[in-house]
Amino acid sequence: MDFITILSIFVLACFVGYYVVWSVTPALHTPLMAVTNAISSVIIVGALIAAAAADVPGAKWLGLLGIVLASVNIFGGFAVTARMLAMYKKKEKK
Amino acid sequence: MLRLLLAAPFAVLAMPAHAATGETVNPWVALAYLVAGVFFILALRGLSSPATSRTGNRFGMVGMLIAVVTTLVTHDIANLVEILIAIAIGGLIGVTIARRIAMTAMPELVAGFHSLVGLAAVLVGWAAYLNPGAFDLLDPGGAIDPVSKVEMGLGIAIGAITFSGSVIAFLKLSGRMSGSPILLPARHIINLGTLAAILVLTAFFAHTPGAEANLPFIVALTVAAFAIGFLLIIPIGGADMPVVVSMLNSYSGWAAAAMGFTLGNSAMIITGALVGSSGAILSYIMCRAMNRSFLSVIAGGFGADAGGGGDGEAREQRPYKQGSADDAAFMLEQAEKVIVIPGYGMAVAQAQHTLREMTDILEEKGVEVKFAIHPVAGRMPGHMNVLLAEANVSYDKVFELEDINSEFAQADVAFIIGANDVVNPAAKTDKSSPIYGMPVFDVDKAKQVFFIKRSMGGVGYAGVDNDVFYMDQTMMLLADAKKMVEEIVKALD
Repeated sequence: MDFITILSIFVLACFVGYYVVWSVTPALHTPLMAVTNAISSVIIVGALIAAAAADVPGAKWLGLLGIVLASVNIFGGFAVTARMLAMYKKKEKK
Repeated sequence: MLRLLLAAPFAVLAMPAHAATGETVNPWVALAYLVAGVFFILALRGLSSPATSRTGNRFGMVGMLIAVVTTLVTHDIANLVEILIAIAIGGLIGVTIARRIAMTAMPELVAGFHSLVGLAAVLVGWAAYLNPGAFDLLDPGGAIDPVSKVEMGLGIAIGAITFSGSVIAFLKLSGRMSGSPILLPARHIINLGTLAAILVLTAFFAHTPGAEANLPFIVALTVAAFAIGFLLIIPIGGADMPVVVSMLNSYSGWAAAAMGFTLGNSAMIITGALVGSSGAILSYIMCRAMNRSFLSVIAGGFGADAGGGGDGEAREQRPYKQGSADDAAFMLEQAEKVIVIPGYGMAVAQAQHTLREMTDILEEKGVEVKFAIHPVAGRMPGHMNVLLAEANVSYDKVFELEDINSEFAQADVAFIIGANDVVNPAAKTDKSSPIYGMPVFDVDKAKQVFFIKRSMGGVGYAGVDNDVFYMDQTMMLLADAKKMVEEIVKALD
């Protein structure tokens, strides 16, 4: 993709982010931080590419370490978000 | 075309995707990353209400799965086993932490996770530098394109700042490092100088062809970025941490976005933009709730002069009323409407479960109980809401500042537990007060105020005295928050 295409995606995504995040209820701001944490670990994509290529050992090991770190975040982030969200309950009105 | 549409999606993705020989990138791959990005948007959209939030979280997982699987099937993998082992190790650690962590420790957990994203960004940036061929970053001449190098340099720099800043935030939040600001002389000049150095180094890095010639620049910029993250966060006091954690949240997003630019990956760019704006908005909300400018928080040192905790020498001893748990229980029973204001002290004392027991008993006795939460209560945005949810408080009883503030006039009891500055009327009246202009709860309008506090000595983080202590209708309940509520529960039975 050329730079302008990427930049367009980025700018539009910032606007989407702006409106979507303002609609998040303040009560869920902690889960919001936990889940954004998990999804920002999509950076694992870069680590996977580095680890998949065997031609430069240094880059491969950096990639593998990156995968470990990002996986801690992905699994940990989604799991802790799920754990928090499971607690937000409305009591049944009797 | 029809054949392509009918083929299993991943078989399509497995077609040669690489532009290594100058071919165009397989559009299906780009589409798969776009779909992953859309799932991430839906994940955040789900958080607009607790009812849809769990589905949202699942969308996030699906998006991540799509991104990872797409990457794996479109690249020639030298050793899949190693990669799976790496994912398994990380996953195991992540899930274990997520299961075991106490809800009160959420702020430091989030800070810790931010540091991992930051470090991962640095590693990916360096890997891309060492093996640009694998990332399709080479131009026909075999050199890395200068634009890619700028993106790479910025990605590494933002990642490194996120990492070292989050490590300091983690240490401060978990109490492994003093929460009080550490002020270096001339810190503003040092910080601005380091930031300028990072930009200059990035420019030199981009414009110096040849890996041997530009290596010193990328090393120096990485080191400088680690240093600036550290320098930026050490002068910021413990109570400004909600802003810091949000800000680092934002940085971790920008780091992912910068790497997305390097790789031309839309999932990473969309995610980076989402996370970046999310953190930025949260920082803004936190700053607004403290009536402070973002710059003044970042400049740091808030509460440094008075933060010692009530050591203003000539503070007059004003009379206050102290009550017992029995007094409080008696009056709570008589009340029609009670508004509970929890603060960081409740989290420290782990009093949320006992508090819920108390409110349950009161509700059985026909008392209307509501919870009022200030945006900066606790150490991160939404901290109190999570703790109350953990204690099984129904979320339709929990209200934000602007929604409930008008109700104090009809409340019989304002029950303050572990909060202080957020009820301080000086924010409305005293222009010289460090918290002047911060929106606060109008507890002085309630008929009775119960103020649970460890002792009269300590003051809020802003280091200011609170007139609420000395009002006629205020009863100070001086004890550990959890013990006091336990005693009230006993007295209510």
